[in-house]
Amino acid sequence: MAAPLIATFSKRYPPATVVDAELDLRHDAGPVTVLFGPSGSGKTTILRCIAGLERPDTGTIRFGDEVWCDAGRGVHVSPQARRIGVVFQQYALFPHLTVTGNIAFGCAGQRPRRLERVAAMLRLLDLQGLEHRYPSQLSGGQQQRVALARALAPEPRLLLLDEPLSALDAGVREPLRRDLRHRLAALDVPTLVVTHDRVEALALGDAMAVVVGGRVRQTGPVPEVFSRPADVVVAQTVGVETVIPGHVVERRDGLLTVTVGTSRLTTFDPGDMGSTVFVCVRAEEVILEREPSARASARNHLAGRVTGLTAEGPLVRVMLDCGFPIAALITRSAREDLDLHVGDVLTAVVKATSIHLVPRNGA
Amino acid sequence: MDWEALALSVRLSLWTTGVLLVVGLPVAYWLVFARWRWKFLVEAVVALPLVLPPTVLGFYLLLAFSPRGLLGAGYVDLTGRTLAFSFEGLVIASVLYSLPFAVQPFAAAFASIDRTFLEASWSLGASRGATFVRVILPLARRGILTGMVLAFAHTLGEFGVVLMVGGNLPGVTRTVSIAIYDQVQALNYDAALRTSLLLLAVSFLVLAVTYGLQRRVTAAWPLR
Repeated sequence: MAAPLIATFSKRYPPATVVDAELDLRHDAGPVTVLFGPSGSGKTTILRCIAGLERPDTGTIRFGDEVWCDAGRGVHVSPQARRIGVVFQQYALFPHLTVTGNIAFGCAGQRPRRLERVAAMLRLLDLQGLEHRYPSQLSGGQQQRVALARALAPEPRLLLLDEPLSALDAGVREPLRRDLRHRLAALDVPTLVVTHDRVEALALGDAMAVVVGGRVRQTGPVPEVFSRPADVVVAQTVGVETVIPGHVVERRDGLLTVTVGTSRLTTFDPGDMGSTVFVCVRAEEVILEREPSARASARNHLAGRVTGLTAEGPLVRVMLDCGFPIAALITRSAREDLDLHVGDVLTAVVKATSIHLVPRNGA
Repeated sequence: MDWEALALSVRLSLWTTGVLLVVGLPVAYWLVFARWRWKFLVEAVVALPLVLPPTVLGFYLLLAFSPRGLLGAGYVDLTGRTLAFSFEGLVIASVLYSLPFAVQPFAAAFASIDRTFLEASWSLGASRGATFVRVILPLARRGILTGMVLAFAHTLGEFGVVLMVGGNLPGVTRTVSIAIYDQVQALNYDAALRTSLLLLAVSFLVLAVTYGLQRRVTAAWPLR
């Protein structure tokens, strides 16, 4: 088991910005933790403090039994001594060095040993044949893999990735997201990924920490954070209320049948989907019915029992148990019309196109 | 043609450029990366030779170089020779006089390097010194080359400071620009014309070759 990263610190940016981080990453759920939050929420600052590139004003950062930072005692371990790998947002590949030169940069030892390490990294990240290229002669996806190879070559104890997919063209982002998940899951190096993209968080992370307004609001396994947000702020940030693991059991006519818990769902087939997926449903898109309608265009009719009702301004969040938990967001007047109470049995209606699937490769 | 003077000027320029490389790179690094509130004062001092009349700089150096002066006394103790009216004295004077011509391109090149490259280097375990050698110098090579060429060409044509500090000793301190001045004083316009033309040609050649090389350097790094 990898050493846990335990960080409690704050960093001020005059006049008013404060980042308060409280992280306890033990990698129980898996090696990859996502630091998720909107732009400007302080995710990158947290990452930079962990990397040693910024100094927190107060607090401590510990990795295993090492103290990386203790602002009170003036302890600040340099980035060089932390032995971490960092993949920067724009990759920051050295433009004056070839792929080999970049990967070998952080490797220790004599030349033969370093070249051996470079060869291993080239194999690991499928970069053979590109050894003598310069970064400007590589595609975005290749640059990303070289950046990953360079960060991994010195055998880091922790890997930090800052928005690893944002520098890529939209067209290649999706296949590369799956590819990245594969590679990170296979590495078994504890990894922290910063992202503002919900789908990226779902696809890449085992666990996630939600950062809003400079504070870590919730930490936990990815599906748990999505389906049980700790507070309204987290719920608004993650956006999707229902996220449950499912299995694709049938594929026909551009539609997929996915089993979730004891239920079967029909969804639109986005293509190129593995057998293990996350099923995501926005609470706004779940319709509740008292009586199951005889004929309707919607494909999924799920009988369920109301387990909770929460008022959210003019809206009411209804939690249902349909063999798996699902959330619905309805208006207050709709609640009155349906005369909803905890324990009622209802039908939740979800259109096939309202179900969003996120592939879960390599986990 | 005064070949002796030309050879002396080239020798002086080479020495000055070499010393400026050793002195100027750390100064430029400090100017770009140090965080000190009074740094602008040092910047002003480095840039002073750009606006100061060469005679003023030369005069102060002459005082400092005299056997009773600050630098001169130490040099006499060390070597038994005086700095004033010597080649070594000329090198020191030229280094100070050409300092901004080297340091400013160096500093501009350092400052234009994306800081993320330095952070990437640190996170890969390279110390600040190793980062300077392995990342900053190669990425700043064009600016460094420009600074060296400017320092070389500027020293080649130096006149006022040399006259004040070095005087006019053939083979020791009589540089090519002073030779031209002498020729004009002696109404030997033909010789002055030839020497001037040579200096013009050499200066143009050095600059043209440098800028030409930099074009090639650019072409070897295709931008996409």
